[in-house]
Amino acid sequence: MTLRLVIAVLVLANIVTAIGVVNARHEHRQMFVQLTKLERARDELNVDFGRLQLEQATWAEANRIDQVARTKLGMKFPETADIVVIRP
Amino acid sequence: MIGLRRKPADRAPKANKPRNRAQFNLRGRLKLVVGTLALCAVALVGRAVDLQLVDNAFYQQKADARILREIPIPTSRGMITDRNGEPLAVSTPVASLWANPQELSKNPDRLPELARATDLPLDYLTRYVSQRSSKEFMYIPRHRRISPAAAQKVLALNIPGVFSQREYRRFYPQGEAMAHILGFTNIDDAGQEGVELAFDDWLRGKPGAEKVIRDRRGRIVENVDLVRAAQPGKDLTLSIDRRIQYLTYRELKRQLLESGAASGSAVVLDIATGEVLAMANLPSFNPNAVEIGNRDAHRNRAVTDLIEPGSTMKPITVAAALEAGVITPHSMFNTSPGWIPNGRFRTTDTHNYGVLDTTGVIRKSSNVGASMIVARLSDQKFYDFLRRFGYGESTNSGFPGEASGLFPSPARWSGTTKQAMSYGYGISVTPLQIAHAYAALANGGRMITPTFVKGQSSPSKQVLDPTIAHEVIKMMQTVTEPGGTAYPWGAILGYHVAGKTGTAHKASNGGYSREYVAFFAGVVPVDNPRFAMAVVVNDPTIGSHFGGLAAAPVFHDVMEGALRLMDVPPDDIETWLAAQAAAEKKTAKAAPAKSTGAIAMPGESPAAEARQ
Repeated sequence: MTLRLVIAVLVLANIVTAIGVVNARHEHRQMFVQLTKLERARDELNVDFGRLQLEQATWAEANRIDQVARTKLGMKFPETADIVVIRP
Repeated sequence: MIGLRRKPADRAPKANKPRNRAQFNLRGRLKLVVGTLALCAVALVGRAVDLQLVDNAFYQQKADARILREIPIPTSRGMITDRNGEPLAVSTPVASLWANPQELSKNPDRLPELARATDLPLDYLTRYVSQRSSKEFMYIPRHRRISPAAAQKVLALNIPGVFSQREYRRFYPQGEAMAHILGFTNIDDAGQEGVELAFDDWLRGKPGAEKVIRDRRGRIVENVDLVRAAQPGKDLTLSIDRRIQYLTYRELKRQLLESGAASGSAVVLDIATGEVLAMANLPSFNPNAVEIGNRDAHRNRAVTDLIEPGSTMKPITVAAALEAGVITPHSMFNTSPGWIPNGRFRTTDTHNYGVLDTTGVIRKSSNVGASMIVARLSDQKFYDFLRRFGYGESTNSGFPGEASGLFPSPARWSGTTKQAMSYGYGISVTPLQIAHAYAALANGGRMITPTFVKGQSSPSKQVLDPTIAHEVIKMMQTVTEPGGTAYPWGAILGYHVAGKTGTAHKASNGGYSREYVAFFAGVVPVDNPRFAMAVVVNDPTIGSHFGGLAAAPVFHDVMEGALRLMDVPPDDIETWLAAQAAAEKKTAKAAPAKSTGAIAMPGESPAAEARQ
């Protein structure tokens, strides 16, 4: 009698764990798909960030700033006479 | 044949026998059939055991090899920034188009479409594909590392067998100005020169890998597993200041153009930390298009090229003599008649300076004076002292290809070597070594290993007594003051500058040519020095070839900008006030009405008082 009960429980447990394994496997795949999707999104954002960073650095290139300040904005370094020295 | 003929003969007697039910062994036949079937079953089970248990791993592997693929996940190289976080080298993703030629040659009708989209001649593309028709992979010519948008356009045509793969390309927004320090990477994203090479392991990312199931045509059916995540490269913060670097590059370029020089180098060091703030060389190259242009321009001359330091050596000679106690700052030297014998040669000055004290030898840059000083030193003492100042060995900055210089030991000196060395001949150093030695003088005799990385604690060692170092710096200050060889080109308004000019004949074919190298090396401000800079202008052909005129202006312009950028307080307000008063007097005379504007400024009153 007890032997039958034990076997029944074991069989049941076996089925449950088997389904559990299948379920875990399925979940893993789902998560992996999601992870891949998010990673792709992150990469896209990184692409944009890199491009913007590069663009900013290109606009802020010292030579360009120098040229714009001198020619377009008419800026220059102050001459000695334009600098006021304050004794500390 | 024999067997066949026999068979009918055998059967004949059997057929003749009368059929007897009792002789028909039913049980035996059943046993035979069951036995055969059981044997089959056993064979099947045996095979199953063989497949599933015994050789399972082998067959599983074979199956996986057909559908499972491990594909790499590319990763980006770390960013290089300057000391203020401005990007100097950035990796951005680009696309490389590739194709499966087997797949492509199955659809020849799509080739014209592909040719149009990729802007390649059709016959060229057809030939290219057919040559590789047995392969499974080829890059589409001229479409490696193109912009992702352009790749998307081609992919949108949905031509079978055409794919895109992500790669990273390195961009250098500062272009030529930073080219030598940063170096560049090759098409596989590995560092080739400069910092990119020196810190390749740090910058380089570790590509990851993932497992996917692919069908027969190579399409990805399912992502199965992440084998290992991609590790992006680490960022690197350099000690370089982008603004000072650009200033150095610009001023050096201007000077080279004005003096018609062939090449030049300039190094700026932070004295307290040993950090390299700027290092510029000319000619330079565009790191964004390395293939174009002269390979010769790739050399970072400031650390690889050897030059004879000329008169920039004299302060070191004087420091050696002061340390040995053979001279004092007030020792007198009679340099008349402006030359002194050195073996069968002569050491000459440009003028006859007469009697000079130690300071005068440096101020006037007297070769004769330096020769008289070094005559009081033993060979070994002089040699040891220069070695301590880093001459003859690499500065250990970690820059690839750094030269250690040429500095023979006294055993190999001839009778004239020591005297020639006292004013910088017969010894070869790099521009970085000159700046390094001057930084040590200004740092109270403490030598700090130069570094290209911000915030590293570099090893340092005391090589000279601080008092002597300060005395020498004070002597060098006279060089940029009235009567010195670099006045007024090396002087900076509001700051005391300690420097030394140098002019050396270029060594060639065992002798000396008529070409010159102009130097200026200096530190600023003298009270609490912040920057050390060495400028080398190679072969100036227009105007003066003297260090004071051909190299000192670069020092002046760069240091003036650097002092302002780094907020260094002036240590010489008196001169500044005097200059201001003079300038104001001039403007007041020219336009008296203008001065009313100045009175309105509240900040000016204390200054105006001080001027009186």
